Amino acid sequence: MDKLVAQYSRPAHQNEFYSEQEQHDLTESLPPLSLKFNLPPVDNSRSWLRAMTDDHSNPSCPIKLAHGTTTLAFRFQGGIIVATDSRATAGNWIASQTVKKVIPVSRLSRGEDKPNNAPTPGLLGTMAGGAADCQYWLRYLSQQCTLHEIRHKRRITVAAASKILANLTYAYKGYGLSMGTMLAGMTPQEGPALYYIDSDGTRLPGNLFCVGSGQTFAYGVLDANYRYDLSEEEALELGRRSILAAMHRDAYSGGFINLYHVKEEGWVHHGFDDMNPIFWKTKLEKGEFSNVTSEL
Amino acid sequence: MMSFMGHQPQSDAVGYSFSHPKNAPNKEHSFYPYTDNGGSTLGITGADFAILAGDTRSVAGYNINSRYAPKVFKIGGDDDTGEGAHIILSVVGFAADGQALKERLDTVVKMYKYQHGKPMSVRACAQRLSTILYQKRFFPYYVHAILAGLDEEGKGALYSYDPVGSYEREQCRAAGSAASLIMPFLDNQVNFKNQYIPGSGEGHALEPKKPEPLPRETVERLVRDAFTSAVERHIEVGDGLQMMVITTNGIEEIYTPLKKD
Repeated sequence: MDKLVAQYSRPAHQNEFYSEQEQHDLTESLPPLSLKFNLPPVDNSRSWLRAMTDDHSNPSCPIKLAHGTTTLAFRFQGGIIVATDSRATAGNWIASQTVKKVIPVSRLSRGEDKPNNAPTPGLLGTMAGGAADCQYWLRYLSQQCTLHEIRHKRRITVAAASKILANLTYAYKGYGLSMGTMLAGMTPQEGPALYYIDSDGTRLPGNLFCVGSGQTFAYGVLDANYRYDLSEEEALELGRRSILAAMHRDAYSGGFINLYHVKEEGWVHHGFDDMNPIFWKTKLEKGEFSNVTSEL
Repeated sequence: MMSFMGHQPQSDAVGYSFSHPKNAPNKEHSFYPYTDNGGSTLGITGADFAILAGDTRSVAGYNINSRYAPKVFKIGGDDDTGEGAHIILSVVGFAADGQALKERLDTVVKMYKYQHGKPMSVRACAQRLSTILYQKRFFPYYVHAILAGLDEEGKGALYSYDPVGSYEREQCRAAGSAASLIMPFLDNQVNFKNQYIPGSGEGHALEPKKPEPLPRETVERLVRDAFTSAVERHIEVGDGLQMMVITTNGIEEIYTPLKKD
């Protein structure tokens, strides 16, 4: 009761106009670095958020967020391969087939500005789980990495960058963030480095990870054929083939195969290719997927 | 929490994405601040223009409350008519949230111009809209937004958003209640999905038709066809079609009636 009274006993016109803080937020043309999020006026905001947005526990939820993925990354003798699918789903609806799930992190590595095919220095992050969560927090991480670069006059290590992200997700534990991210990069201090970070606050270094609803299918192919001394060609093909397997068996994965190679000088993009011709090529020329008939 | 971790979540833990929370019954929440006002929006880009369109019906449940409630807005204009704007935004979902979002972005774009002495680029505006949506990550705007304008090279630019701010630049996008009716049509007619060049081969050797920017007349016709068809099969779409075409000459607004049943 006291709570109700407190809630309604403010001046009647208090919220009529933008508060001073809100006015400041609006006139400030850069979003603030300190993070302020609007919370719903209920006691248990996380269960409310789940009722509104979690398609899995409540299929008739009103707000469907983009989800679903297969992503993988592995270290090998020639660096790190990063590969993803490109499908985003909201419930059963395919929201997009052209999502870029590999996100360049740090200042110098805006892929779209690149004139040639030379390696771009910087880290790569992958996106699984909530699309907005991954995009926003990897953008935030980019900002932090750039600031680190300016302050210390050298590029951030993958270990440090992954820790910034893990500390962040741990601080927001229980709020309902949903992300499974891999950070890949090569620095003079560490060599090739690969970390897995998720919204529980987990942070793991490792040689090989698959993340997302199609992870099991990708692991199946990747584990069977993985060796550390793979050649560059073989490694790229293995990354592509593992994603293809996941796209074939996981309904939440599909679209285009997005392939990256992280080398000493930086990362190189190896194509964003439609899965359909690759699937038929794999079947007809190599005799794989013999479970599928090619007769009409 | 995430099923990629392989463990079952506790009942009060947040069971997200692919997990199966066994003993977490759906709680009834009396706090329900959203209404679905229905309707649909659609955007297509060309080589030197972008079109955003939306129907003008506003519904709540089975009631039609307005036959002219616009969903497409000019952003960053100098006065109430939106004169001088160079970016357009469409919002569909909960109209109040849409209105709030539009006003917020409008202020931001204006303040940018006053502070920097130049108009905000569409790319910058697109990213800013993403952060605005994400600021309400834990109490989302119930909207699907589409932003359109011309990029630095003068090409048509279109960005689409989910309710909490994930965004992507695309050639075309349909949002709202009839998105599932319109989007497949657009895939086929704009991006030429599943269209092949006749006689280019047999079976798997058939060559797919390559998408290319469409001329303005074609795009306008596609928009009209998409909406007249959606009106035939969706109860929440109808009454009027509001189109905004953005070119180097500015923004042109076109209104055409749709069926009113």
